[in-house]
Amino acid sequence: MLLIRCPYCEEERPELEFRSAGEAHIARSTEITGISDEDFEKFFFIRSNPKGVIYERWRHIHGCARFFNAARDTVTDKFIVTYKAGEPKPDISRAANDSGPAAWANRPPDQLNVKKPAAKRTPSKKGKA
Amino acid sequence: MAKAAAKRTVTAVSAERCPALAGSKVSARDVTLAILPPAERISLRAPAASVAALSKALGVKLPQMPKSSASRAGRTALWLGPDEWLVIDEAGKDPMADLASARVLHSAVGISHRNIGIAVSGPAAAATVNSGCPQDLSLAAFPTGACSRTVLGKAEIVLWRTAENEFRVECWRSFSDYVFAFLSDAARDAAA
Repeated sequence: MLLIRCPYCEEERPELEFRSAGEAHIARSTEITGISDEDFEKFFFIRSNPKGVIYERWRHIHGCARFFNAARDTVTDKFIVTYKAGEPKPDISRAANDSGPAAWANRPPDQLNVKKPAAKRTPSKKGKA
Repeated sequence: MAKAAAKRTVTAVSAERCPALAGSKVSARDVTLAILPPAERISLRAPAASVAALSKALGVKLPQMPKSSASRAGRTALWLGPDEWLVIDEAGKDPMADLASARVLHSAVGISHRNIGIAVSGPAAAATVNSGCPQDLSLAAFPTGACSRTVLGKAEIVLWRTAENEFRVECWRSFSDYVFAFLSDAARDAAA
């Protein structure tokens, strides 16, 4: 089971206790009635949806019930860092580069659970048998 | 009309409290489940500035560390969140009345009848709870006195380790059938 660190409980907890709450760091305009329809659409509906690192809100709903923010890789599902709500975006360039992809990530299906890549395997000796 | 009314006898109706699953008990080889007697409970929320005054009013020092609890004279405060506690009074006193004297900002909601307490005790207590709760319940990670809101199967519970081999599971009354049945099955599995 995936373990997620809750910055309020200060420890790793099982993913079942958490719930995702969408993208983080989306600031609501202080004058929401003054903005144009296009700007409102961007604020309200348009999300970055990247392939790679995304900043998200998460809630430890079956634990301390607090919202917090997390930087997560959408490809590997790896949580790079979690931090309290209201704190600025942490610098994750080092953490993201150091950790590398998870074991199963970024590999084509035929290479999963295979020790040698398919190309390097000795050809089958079916014909000689 | 007046005669009929006069003839009608009035029988005294006394209200009787019927806690869910009262008295239920399950015994397996290494673990026993029992529904705990009714207790006074409060959901308490308060900012850090109010904690000292509320602790004084309650007579229990509200814990500030995650996953910790504090008990005194039958009254326990369980840390649920950075500004949230579950207060359980098993001594029959009313913590709500005590909090009424505190003149600091706080929110106290009586939830005595919302929750049911289940005692899980015996050498296999941790294994029984772990059958539906994904937290690490080893003594190193979840020592005696530790408490946490978490999940058991599909229900939310508050788990409190009252002794090395004893847990108190607090769940909502409407979930109590499910939780007790779940734990009963788990107890039989843990014994096998």
